[in-house]
Amino acid sequence: MQIRYAVFTPILCRTQRFNCAINNTRLQMLFTQTVPGAIYLLATVSPRLDRYITLVKAYKMSMELDVFVGNTTIMDMEVYQLWLDGLTVSDAVKVRMDEGALLECEANPEVLTSDTMDQFRTFQMCERLLHSPTKLGSQLLYQIPAQNQIILIERYYEFDSVFAREVLGKKLSKGTKKDLDDISCKTGITLKSCRRQFDNFKRVFKVVEELKGPLVENIQRHFLLSDTLARDYAAIVFFANSRFETGKRKLQYLSFQDFAFCAGQLISYWTIGAMDSMMEDMDVDLEKEFLNELKDLKVLVNDKDMMDQHKILVCAALRGKIKVYKLMEVNFKFIEPCRYDRWTVAEITLFLTHYTNAAHCLGTFRHQMIWDRYMGVIKSCILQMYHE
Amino acid sequence: MPGKLKAKIVAGRHLPVMDRASDLTDAFVEVKFGNTTFKTDVYPKSLNPQWNSEWFKFEVDDEDLQDEPLQITVLDHDTYSANDAIGKVYIDIDPLLSSEAATVISGWFPIYDTIHGIRGEINVLVKVDLFNDLNRFRQSSCGVKFFCTTSIPRCYRAALVHGFVEELVVNEDPEYQWIDRIRTPRASNEARQRLISLMSGELQRKIGLKVLEMGGNAVVGYLQCFDLEGESGLVVRAIGTACTLDKLIPGTASNTITHTNTAPASNACNSPSKEIKESPMAHGCRSSHNSPVHSACSSQRLSHSQNFSVSVPTLVFTGMGSGISVGKEAGPLKTLLRQQAQSALEQREFPFFTLTCFPPGFLVHIGGVVSARSVKLLDRIHNPDEPETRDAWWEEIRQEIKSHAKALGCHAVVGYSESTTICEEVCILSASGTAAMLNPRFMREGCLDAGGSDQRLSRQPPLGMVGSERAEGEVSSSWLGFDDASPPSCGFCHIPYDEFNMPFPAQLTYCYHCRRQKVPDVLFTTIDLPAEAAVTGKGCLIQARLCRTKKKAQGEVNATAISNLLPFMEYELHTQLMNKLKLRCMNALFGLRIQISVGENMLLGLASATGVYLSALPAPGGIQIAGKTPSDLSYDQHISTMQKRINDTIVMNKEFYNIHPPECIEEVVGSPIPDRQRSRLFRSTSESSDELSELDLSHGKKDAFVLEIDDTDAVEDIQSLLTDAPMPAGFYSCNTEVMPGIYNWTSGLQMFTSVRVYRLNNANLTNQGLNKIFTDLCENLLKSLYFKLRSMIPCCLCHLNFTVAVPEEELIQVAVTAVAMSFDKETQLAADKALNKGSGENEEQLQFSMELCGESTSSNNQPTAKPSGLPESAMTHSSSRDRCSTWLELLRLKAHTIRRGSVKTISSSERCSPLPEVRSRSLRSTRSLPCGAPVTVVKMTPLSFLPRTRIVKYLGIINMFFIRETTSLREEGGVSGFLHSFIAEVFAMVRAHVAALGGNAVVSYSMKECVFMENPNKNQAQCLINVSGDAVIFVRESDQEAIPPLITSGQTSTTGADGTT
Repeated sequence: MQIRYAVFTPILCRTQRFNCAINNTRLQMLFTQTVPGAIYLLATVSPRLDRYITLVKAYKMSMELDVFVGNTTIMDMEVYQLWLDGLTVSDAVKVRMDEGALLECEANPEVLTSDTMDQFRTFQMCERLLHSPTKLGSQLLYQIPAQNQIILIERYYEFDSVFAREVLGKKLSKGTKKDLDDISCKTGITLKSCRRQFDNFKRVFKVVEELKGPLVENIQRHFLLSDTLARDYAAIVFFANSRFETGKRKLQYLSFQDFAFCAGQLISYWTIGAMDSMMEDMDVDLEKEFLNELKDLKVLVNDKDMMDQHKILVCAALRGKIKVYKLMEVNFKFIEPCRYDRWTVAEITLFLTHYTNAAHCLGTFRHQMIWDRYMGVIKSCILQMYHE
Repeated sequence: MPGKLKAKIVAGRHLPVMDRASDLTDAFVEVKFGNTTFKTDVYPKSLNPQWNSEWFKFEVDDEDLQDEPLQITVLDHDTYSANDAIGKVYIDIDPLLSSEAATVISGWFPIYDTIHGIRGEINVLVKVDLFNDLNRFRQSSCGVKFFCTTSIPRCYRAALVHGFVEELVVNEDPEYQWIDRIRTPRASNEARQRLISLMSGELQRKIGLKVLEMGGNAVVGYLQCFDLEGESGLVVRAIGTACTLDKLIPGTASNTITHTNTAPASNACNSPSKEIKESPMAHGCRSSHNSPVHSACSSQRLSHSQNFSVSVPTLVFTGMGSGISVGKEAGPLKTLLRQQAQSALEQREFPFFTLTCFPPGFLVHIGGVVSARSVKLLDRIHNPDEPETRDAWWEEIRQEIKSHAKALGCHAVVGYSESTTICEEVCILSASGTAAMLNPRFMREGCLDAGGSDQRLSRQPPLGMVGSERAEGEVSSSWLGFDDASPPSCGFCHIPYDEFNMPFPAQLTYCYHCRRQKVPDVLFTTIDLPAEAAVTGKGCLIQARLCRTKKKAQGEVNATAISNLLPFMEYELHTQLMNKLKLRCMNALFGLRIQISVGENMLLGLASATGVYLSALPAPGGIQIAGKTPSDLSYDQHISTMQKRINDTIVMNKEFYNIHPPECIEEVVGSPIPDRQRSRLFRSTSESSDELSELDLSHGKKDAFVLEIDDTDAVEDIQSLLTDAPMPAGFYSCNTEVMPGIYNWTSGLQMFTSVRVYRLNNANLTNQGLNKIFTDLCENLLKSLYFKLRSMIPCCLCHLNFTVAVPEEELIQVAVTAVAMSFDKETQLAADKALNKGSGENEEQLQFSMELCGESTSSNNQPTAKPSGLPESAMTHSSSRDRCSTWLELLRLKAHTIRRGSVKTISSSERCSPLPEVRSRSLRSTRSLPCGAPVTVVKMTPLSFLPRTRIVKYLGIINMFFIRETTSLREEGGVSGFLHSFIAEVFAMVRAHVAALGGNAVVSYSMKECVFMENPNKNQAQCLINVSGDAVIFVRESDQEAIPPLITSGQTSTTGADGTT
């Protein structure tokens, strides 16, 4: 990176694109980036400055090397966010200028550029360690306070839900990685940031895919993430593994958080790990046995008698409570119709509760346990997914 | 067979993948000491091998123990081809050889490779069993402790200060051996690293022997440097101060301070003969700086007093044409030596001390800065492999320093240091120090056993006031009975020599503190601010920067050109320092360090120091700009604008640095030079600061420092004066240990190293253009540092020392290692307020100090003869005056006279308001990462202490040398990426070694060398770094059992009255 200065007479003022008044010195900057890696700062000096100095004077000097290393690694978390967002150094400098960084400590653009570059380099050098966060705590190269380590890791693994929504259910493969360009265009997230997020998904997936024990805990143990973030990752891993078709047009309105919630429910109740915490198996896959048992539940739909009986029971229970009662009869596979008819959340809840309970009253229905396990999850999922 | 070294290889972790096929490594370890090598088993297919080896035992002489490092190599086993080296660890086992240092080395060490950097870590255990051997000290000097710290280490007391020790060893540089053409860069780098490690060990052992000979047991202020001379060899040299240190018994240390005042007032060893000889009353006063240049064909010596009325330069032309001298002319030196007879100090060859901080009472008077430089040609060394020639060079320089000190009426040099700069075959040797009179008591055997002395010598920081150390001023009363005692707070400012026989005319006044003795108007020193000094306001970093172009030349022509430029550069630097000092309304410089660096086509000069306002010295006058030529209106206007800006700046600075000298009633006694003598009564009644600044300005107009605008240099001076950006709010900076005026440090600190290299693209730059660039460069670096560290506000950057170099044509390299320490704003404000309020209590204080003065001076108020030794050298100087009239003319043209501005007496520094214990602000996280034992946090600081902590043990010296090279510069992030990771690696290795010794901090850390070379076209770069420091264990103050009553900062000194809370 080269920084060149040229001091011009005030006439040039008009061409400036970027203004910044630095305290009282009234230095105005023209900020252009004509050649990659070279920033040209054209400064106009106001006549207030000593007129004996306002000679047109251009001198050349370029910084060949600029390094700052602290015994405790200094990290500016605001700059870290800019780096994570995939900004270039010059864009980051602009953002920082806009945010008023120049007002701090009598900085000038050169100082800011130097600082930003230095910080970006530091993050880049730490990135390798962030790929296996447990190493960050035991490595000797950078002395980073434990608090900062936690923030570094957490922020590095944070992702944009818009991005996650796009990738959800897709195979975390090279093929998908190639599509990141499109996702970047669509979401407005820089390609660099997309890559980082995608690689994070892939990395976490690879590590925990084959691991036994509870998924969330595994993620936490290996990536030292907060509980919330680890749960989100569990959802991503879960979807990446089971590849639900989240891309369907009908499901477009659903956000990542909706899916994450559902995945959480599924993991909690429908996987092997959920039923028997002692069992040394994984949370990633749904319990096969359970899925087989679910087939038995189809009797509720397939068997005309039982379905009618169930319907009657549910309707009886709800009579008078819900205005849209009549419509309901036909709507046993739901959300869309409900949305269409503008049910309230309360109404849905009520309906689902009775729907569940009614099944118990069916004399011929024998799969009570499975039914409860199924409906519990379905109910909460539906409620989560039921929104605009 | 006096020693057995045992090593055990426990485990490795984070190893690199050496086998691409399996993504794993089959690692094993070779452990080598001397010529013996052991190997561990191969631990197959793992990146985290658990070797858990047996104890490898080496039976060796202790001589080898001192010289050799333990060398551990981690390799990847390969069945079919040669085993690949993963990296190495060198462990210096010296700390294990002293009974008081570490007992075991155990911990994780980064595995380092000169091409790839750090590649994983290895856990090692090392122990040493030393056998008692009567013959033990013949070749080895096991047990002698080394300290980089330039003061008496904190858990010791100095029983005796023996004096200067030096040593120098030479070897062929492996990089210049024929074999280097055929071996790999890695092999060559490793050979170099190993050689320097060996040479350092040898050097330390030899110095240790000298110390034992002198009867000491430790070296304090140990400064080791290496010179990469290129073809002519590789020199490792070291200087230090030999001492006999006694370990303080923990627990008593904190009590001692309170006892001080009960110490007996006089010591048995006050032999009357000494008193007469060293009676201070005979010494006049002068502050001066000598900047001699000794070059081969002309030996020029130039001295000028700090006020720059240069009239008696010690300029000696020895005649031309003798060629470049490579030997030493010992003749005249011996005669000089003979003149010194009686004093304990003068019996020594070089009464030099590398210390910069002294026990109170040690320094009697300070003369001024003495320095010497010498330009040498490396390709003229007759037998480059032998140290004799270099020894002779340094001897010559030291003699010069010694004679300069004598000329200043001083018998010793303190804060002494040596340095070199090399460009091709030209080498400049430099030495500098502060001429001083010392209390001989500390140099005499058996004198310090008397009660109370230990308190004076121990530098145990008073609890609650760590960092400020002002409490040591408290001991003053116990010193009153001494021969040369003056009130300790101002004693060191008093002139050390005869005022009627000054080689330089200087402005003398009676001390503003005791009013008994004379003080100079300005004082320059290379030492830290003495603990007992009374200071008004705060200090600040002052830098003078200079760039001079030089024609490219070779050999003698080049050497001559350089030696001709040097005196001008020194002069310019001093002028700049002086101007900047006045602009900040200060009157003394501490920690002055002038570095001159040679490049092929330019010379760089950088002087850094910490400016302060010493209460004992007169207030500085302002700066006045004068136009020489009859001028038109606009020109006058210009000048008056400039003048106004300067005046405004001075007023602003006074406010900023809180310099509000209390108003005073004082008569000014003129200097002994009759035409300048004036007597003036100055009275002012108002106490307000506004009044004061007004006062100063008026004086600025009358008799200020005059800058003549016609002089192009002066224009430059003014520009540089005014372009120095003020520090951002919340920041202070200094290049000394601590900042005068700040006492309430928190434990928050951040040590950092910053390196910048600039390329000058314009080939034909003028001196002025270059200067501007160089100044901007330094200013920008400072600005960047402030910005980087803004989260620590309010804070002070301490030990801010820049190192400049010209690594290649048109490249300028600036490196800085310093520490940012935050302080508590609220308590600081309180302290400042107390300070200002204190002025009201002046009278009381004054009375007390007057009493003390009377007491002290009554006994020895007889004027005695001028000190021996001085007259002769003074005479020589004056006789040489005529010979160099042209030279003088030149200097006179630029000469400025300084006259005193307003006048003040006593500092009101009653900072005794008990500062509330400030809780440490450490950011300890409660949430720990679940990954095995956490890495020990190791603090690093270039200072000798850590605020709010107490050092309980010194574990040994850290002295490490690393080389890093790359052939894939772009891939490693370019030059910045390369150097960034290398410096981080060096820090990591230092921390690991300290942690393995059981320590948690490095004090007195310094990066003594950072040689960076690049070849971007070949995608290559190489860097050499040499670092050193003292590994210590510290405990937080809050961890200590009971907190004894706080001691006042008592920087006031003046009274010796303790303001214990």
